Amino acid sequence: MSFGTPTGMPEGLQTFPRLLFHHAQVRGSAPAIREKDLGIWQTWTWSGVAERVRALASGLAALGFKRGDNLAIIGDNRPHLYMMMSAAQCLGGVPVPLYQDAVADEMLFVLQDAAVRFAMAENQEQVDKLLDVKDQVPLLEHIVYDDPRGMRHYNQPFLHDIRALMEMGRIHNRNHPDFLDAEVAQGRASDVSVMLYTSGTTGMPKGVCQTHAAFIASAQGGRQIDHLEAAGDILSYLPMAWVGDHLFSFAQALVVGFTINCPESGDTVMTDLREIGPTYYFAPPRVFESLLTSVMIRMEDAGAIKRKMFHYFLRVAKRCGSAILDGKPVRSSDRLLYGLGTLLVYGPLRNVLGLSRIRVAYTAGAAIGPELFSFYRSIGINLKQLYGQTETCAYVCLQPDGQVKPSSVGAPAPGVEIKIASNGEVLVKGPMLLKEYYKRPDATAGSMNADGYFLTGDAGFIDADGHLNIIDRAKDVGRLANGAMFAPNYIENKLKFFQYIKEAVCFGHERDQVCAFINIDAGAVGNWAERQGIAYSGYTDLAGKPQVHELVKSCVDEVNTILANDAMMADSQVHRFLILHKELDPDDDELTRTRKVRRKFVAKKYQVLIEALYSGQSTQFIETEVKFEDGRRGKVSADLRIIDAKTLSAAQQAV
Amino acid sequence: MSKKTGEVILDLQSISLRFGGVKALTDISFDVREHEIRAIIGPNGAGKSSMLNVINGVYHPQEGVIIFRGQERKRMEPHQAATQGIARTFQNIALFKGMSVLDNIMTGRITRMKASFIEHALWLGRAKREELEHRKKVEEVIDFLEIQHIRRIPVGRLPYGLQKRVELGRALAAEPSMLLLDEPMAGMNVEEKQDMCRFILDVNDQFGTTIVLIEHDMGVVMDISDRVVVLDYGKKIGDGLPDDVKNNEDVITAYLGVSH
Repeated sequence: MSFGTPTGMPEGLQTFPRLLFHHAQVRGSAPAIREKDLGIWQTWTWSGVAERVRALASGLAALGFKRGDNLAIIGDNRPHLYMMMSAAQCLGGVPVPLYQDAVADEMLFVLQDAAVRFAMAENQEQVDKLLDVKDQVPLLEHIVYDDPRGMRHYNQPFLHDIRALMEMGRIHNRNHPDFLDAEVAQGRASDVSVMLYTSGTTGMPKGVCQTHAAFIASAQGGRQIDHLEAAGDILSYLPMAWVGDHLFSFAQALVVGFTINCPESGDTVMTDLREIGPTYYFAPPRVFESLLTSVMIRMEDAGAIKRKMFHYFLRVAKRCGSAILDGKPVRSSDRLLYGLGTLLVYGPLRNVLGLSRIRVAYTAGAAIGPELFSFYRSIGINLKQLYGQTETCAYVCLQPDGQVKPSSVGAPAPGVEIKIASNGEVLVKGPMLLKEYYKRPDATAGSMNADGYFLTGDAGFIDADGHLNIIDRAKDVGRLANGAMFAPNYIENKLKFFQYIKEAVCFGHERDQVCAFINIDAGAVGNWAERQGIAYSGYTDLAGKPQVHELVKSCVDEVNTILANDAMMADSQVHRFLILHKELDPDDDELTRTRKVRRKFVAKKYQVLIEALYSGQSTQFIETEVKFEDGRRGKVSADLRIIDAKTLSAAQQAV
Repeated sequence: MSKKTGEVILDLQSISLRFGGVKALTDISFDVREHEIRAIIGPNGAGKSSMLNVINGVYHPQEGVIIFRGQERKRMEPHQAATQGIARTFQNIALFKGMSVLDNIMTGRITRMKASFIEHALWLGRAKREELEHRKKVEEVIDFLEIQHIRRIPVGRLPYGLQKRVELGRALAAEPSMLLLDEPMAGMNVEEKQDMCRFILDVNDQFGTTIVLIEHDMGVVMDISDRVVVLDYGKKIGDGLPDDVKNNEDVITAYLGVSH
């Protein structure tokens, strides 16, 4: 099935700057952006934002920013950073958001590749990183910063306080009153509106150039499916460099006109979530998982009556909650119980989670456990999945209300066409496709087939309802020695659905059996250990406890039972596994900044462990260097035990 | 580091402090200049905390003269020191464990509250206006020390390093012109120490606060202080720039012992 085509934007509103000034006119006094500062939520109205964007754009122009220039934006989600994005777009420039926790060296590549002349940095920390590499970025001329704290002694002439830039712009505006409107009028829908760098699971990051038209079409499609309204709130807390944040907090906010809310700091997101009570929320599966884990941990400490009530009503919700949310028929006794449950458990629980005003919540970026997914839906939170990538504005499939299944990622979104190639790869076509990879015609050409379909690199199939199901990355799908399909992600996701397992890496391509590395979840396992009276000192110690090995083994055994019942996957049961002595970490290059495992890197780094898994050894010594965030290095070492999991034979499987 | 330190604002001349027959401090003289970071170091029992207690009016030396901002100080109580703009933190954290971080830092504003008890109790005109003003100042401190995420959490539930930071926050809330820190980094791990160093330097740099600190960790002291005074057995054995003090024979002996 398909939703048809997205309805176009009215004439004259085909670029983001025009949308911004449109909102300033029609809903000038409505809140556009909120930010918690000094403990109080501060509000910028649409007209206030428009005035500042105007000032910033003129200020940039006064500094020499020209059509086609790229503006690097580095920092947490801050109102001024979003405004700078708009300011660059007003002048026909291209904002290039960077991941704020990247170290200077990682930034260097993007700064050089994007030929950045102007940079917007949130604070002293980000300015310092830019100054570190400035020598190697000869084109970089001006750095604007938002937070003046600690910047008093920086007297380089190319550093500008954003307030000074705004003042400069206001003067420029007075002297050239028609300048900015003329610049905005020159903008075309087919201009590049933003450049987002891919996280680089494979090779060097590539700059994905998206046009105004692409992001506006994607935002329009989402608005249509979810009936988004201007009177809504979203919490903007995910990295600005990530396509999801750009779609939800920038493109959709400007298309629909709802309010974006910037948290006080990265550590206060959960509190801020409760205070804002967004109507529209996006989080990767791990956030929903840790939310649930924290609730469950706290419930374990609650009194017996409360605990019993909680678990009783969760069982009720499990039985009928999702059906009620989907508007399917439900027994009236269940409906009554569910109503009582809403009063006693689900309502308060939604409130504690900060999700009581939610109309739509989305998750994407990784597979979400069916249990986890159903849990949120059963307590009345309309959690849905979407599917897309940077190259498609995170907009390929959406789950329509009433047709939400945990296993699929939904139906093709309005205007999107989907095809499955003969090798199982998902191919897509539509208005949301990238214009090009920046300065990489080879990569651009390689990403499309002759019919203009984008090659997603994901392997999947379309089920009976016309919904897309994703199995794994196409290139990761391998074969076991006996020829059976080996989809590592699929198995890893099954493992990660257990709260005790945070990360898993499976091996098996061209091997006769599947083996796995496991990272335990320090929070969940730590709490379990405390409950069992097991003393431990830190992650490495905890991961080495025999009781923890048993705990993880029981999870692996359970996964094997599930796999054994699946004809396609029966051979992929995990035969042997070990628990890693350290957590996989982006600082050690083991994960990408979006926390996806860099499979090849991990396999190479821990070669000795893989050999131990396949050679039948029962222990293996390993020493690993770790990098801390401040750049210092240390070493962790451990004797890792290798554990045999219980696998089911073909005979048992037949039963 | 080229930094402008101002005139002498605190001058201690020939201070001696005895508890009965125990001589805690003997004939100690040194001064503190405006805007500087002045460290007092020395082995255990050298008299460092006593010195700090003398400055802030907890102990009253039997001999010696204290000149603060050009005036010779008479016998003074700690709360008078507070109203004169001297705030301090303690070696063993002295916070209200059951109160939230916010409330603890708010107590730092007490010397600046003018409304009467009745006004506060009834939440009348002046009290309300005042509280809003103080709350704003407290929020600025919270922002400065990057502890927004623990604003509402009772202090007793926080890890040690954060409690230390909250204590610094309470002292800062008083907007002191002179800050006395008693071992601000004791018991911290490397990362927490680095954070604390950064905050101390930032306070000194941004607010121009004069800082007198006692510290065990020599590395930290030498890195962040402008001048160092060294005590041993209640006597001053060194005074000067960190590098000079580091090479002073007496100091080396006091810290490392004498070779026999």
